[in-house]
Amino acid sequence: MSPDKASQPERAKTSHDAPALNGREMLRWTWRQLTSMRTALFLLMLLAIAAVPGSIVPQRGVDARAVERYLADHPDLGPWLDRLGFFSVFTSPWFSAIYLLLMVSLVGCIVPRTVVYAKALRARPPKAPRNFARMPASDEFETDATPDEVVAAARQVLRRSRIDVVDTSTEGSETRELRAETGYLRELGNLVFHVSIVVVLVGVAVGALFSYRGSAIVTQGDSFSNTLTQYDEFASGALFDADELPQFSLDLTRMIARFQTEGTQRGAPKLFRASGTYERDGRTRPFEIEVNHPLQVGDTGVFLVGQGYAPVLKITDARGNVVFDDAVPFLPNDGTYTSTGVVKVPDAQPEQLGFQGFFLPTAVSTGDEEASVSAFPGAANPLIGMFVFHGDLGLDDGVPQSVFVLDKSRLTQYEGRNGKPFRVSLSPGQEQALPGGGTIEFVDLKLFARFQIASTPLLRVPLVGTSIGVLGLLLSLFVRPRRTWVRTRRVGSRTVVEVAALDRVPRDDLPDELQELVDRIRRALPGHEEKTS
Amino acid sequence: MTLEQYAQLSNYAIASATVVVGIAFVAHLAEWGFAFRPERRTAAVSTEASEGATLVADRDDETPDRSTVLASVATSVTWLGAVILVVGIVTRGLAAQRVPWGNMYEFAATGTAIALVVFLVMTKVWDIEWLGVVVTGFSLVLLGIGFSVYVPAGPLVPALHSYWLVIHVAAVMIAGSLFLISAGASALYLVTERAERRGTVGPVLGRLPRSGAMDRLAFRFTAIGFPMWTFGALIAGPIWAYYAWSRYWGWDPKEVWALITWVVYAVYLHARVTAGWKGRRAAIICLVGFMTFLFSFYGVNLIFGGSLHTYAK
Repeated sequence: MSPDKASQPERAKTSHDAPALNGREMLRWTWRQLTSMRTALFLLMLLAIAAVPGSIVPQRGVDARAVERYLADHPDLGPWLDRLGFFSVFTSPWFSAIYLLLMVSLVGCIVPRTVVYAKALRARPPKAPRNFARMPASDEFETDATPDEVVAAARQVLRRSRIDVVDTSTEGSETRELRAETGYLRELGNLVFHVSIVVVLVGVAVGALFSYRGSAIVTQGDSFSNTLTQYDEFASGALFDADELPQFSLDLTRMIARFQTEGTQRGAPKLFRASGTYERDGRTRPFEIEVNHPLQVGDTGVFLVGQGYAPVLKITDARGNVVFDDAVPFLPNDGTYTSTGVVKVPDAQPEQLGFQGFFLPTAVSTGDEEASVSAFPGAANPLIGMFVFHGDLGLDDGVPQSVFVLDKSRLTQYEGRNGKPFRVSLSPGQEQALPGGGTIEFVDLKLFARFQIASTPLLRVPLVGTSIGVLGLLLSLFVRPRRTWVRTRRVGSRTVVEVAALDRVPRDDLPDELQELVDRIRRALPGHEEKTS
Repeated sequence: MTLEQYAQLSNYAIASATVVVGIAFVAHLAEWGFAFRPERRTAAVSTEASEGATLVADRDDETPDRSTVLASVATSVTWLGAVILVVGIVTRGLAAQRVPWGNMYEFAATGTAIALVVFLVMTKVWDIEWLGVVVTGFSLVLLGIGFSVYVPAGPLVPALHSYWLVIHVAAVMIAGSLFLISAGASALYLVTERAERRGTVGPVLGRLPRSGAMDRLAFRFTAIGFPMWTFGALIAGPIWAYYAWSRYWGWDPKEVWALITWVVYAVYLHARVTAGWKGRRAAIICLVGFMTFLFSFYGVNLIFGGSLHTYAK
């Protein structure tokens, strides 16, 4: 697989195929087909086409919830696509088959070409062709300099080539032949490029096996320590051992969220910054994490991927005991940070309490009977609105529950005096009595940060691999392999000099460059004579 | 000047540049149109000149024909359009106080400017003025795409606060400009090669170089564009993605299409040196590659709302 057809090994060896194929020959034939350029081209095209559905249909590895939505929206088509692996294209058997075949084809191309290249490196430049006029570019001139002087001048001009000078004199005529070859770096670059593709893909695959990533919500003033229980979501590669989570912890002392307050982009995010201290190996250091500026702790990166509001609520039950006093993260739903959240109070007596509702950072009333909406993501006029439920929260079933979902199957909703559902509506500092007794107070407003904590071992392998690959690619595209020959023949007191050149990758400016070469040889000759031919 | 004035100046300049490039495009079309009517161009056009290939060589009369005049007019007008466009982009950057490629609109305008400047500078190095009609035509398309996703000048969201924005997007835009020129050469190659095969090279195609030269030109631009794309989309992009999204590769639709574009151009580079694939098939692959590039630039944002790369609105 290279832009250099002159040295394709698979084509060079096709002549001695036996007409009848036995098992071994069949294998060799298959191998040759697989590693041929045609097959590689076909597989590359197939890879491009096979990747397309991965961009059209949602992918489990990218957004599992989008896949569920898609399946719900397409009850007929969805299951079929699922069976065919369309929701995880890049790990599906058919996609894997294509790229594994490509890898085999790639290796099957690199190995023999490396052997050929190693031989070419040791080989001397080839003999001059008999008839220079048949070469893409050639010229001839006469000079008073001796053949040896001409050859020395040519050697000086062709400094960067591999050069052999051969005495081809026969009886009665004194001749020298200079053979020069240059551009060995082209094939080297080509091999380097293709080897680095293999290195990058292997590095990505091995790195993924030992990687882990998860997300955690940390409220201002709280801390996070890197253990499995602290994660809201966690996923890891097949060979990752959860006991090997690197030990560190961080305290989030300050979370800043600023938004554009004027202009056409009013309400657009301006700055998100989480700062505090982190502890690792017994040493405590400050940190500051922003979008695009993660905290790197060893192999693990801590990224700020989201933020929102966490009102601090204080709830007393009908018996007057404080049964809840904590910050509750409300997850933002849109750009104005209209957020939804749930409070579960299992300790409330006589019955457990559950709250479900929304938080608006800048509440704006749209009418007496209408619900308020959020007009701005910054906390200019915070408002909590929640419905209240009583009964059994279902926490004792042993089935893990999401903290953001209220299981209402064994809960009853409180009603207000007018028969409509009872609503809590609070601004910071306000307190409200609950229908069944007790109170709820909006004590304070905090921010929370959503961190993505991810470790990708061997991170540098694909980076270094692709970088070296590009360097190789540049060599393979722009180095010009060229063979040059200079033949000198003594005729009387004069020397006839013939020059010819051949590009392994044909270019149309070769004749001009040959002319320039001839001029430079002549200028390098002793006496520096004028043109005589 | 205030930021608002810069923003306004930028809008006027980019709109004017579009008109000027449009005029250049029309001039190129007229150049070809006049080439259709050889009998008008000089008094003595012999019938054997309609063979085509000899026609251009015979045109060295004392008065240059209309097509030649129009061609140089078109090139001058393209220069003017490029300069106005650059003014529009610089003032846009001044108005927003950052690099002028933070959203799709700016990406389209800056990308077009780079394509025009690269093309115009290259006309000094290689004989590629004949590509003008394709380059100006595509520039109009790109600017039109840009206007369809216009946003007023403004600051960037925190996700774009990174110097990788400068590196990643600039590299990708330069690569795209080079791909645009190679696609233009490949398209004209297909037309010319067909005419050469059928022996129907008329006065219009006679103004263009031989198909072999177009093929080489397409290769040269792709050969520069491909490493640039590799760097911009597959090195700088993943590095930034790691800092911004905690992973260097996540099969986001934009990433998928960037990879598809890379694979198609890789096929092109291999095809061009493989017997049976060089020439026509390679040129078609080159055009497919450019279409996948356009799709990864525009189509992904338009169709896949879920992409992380949707910063346009």
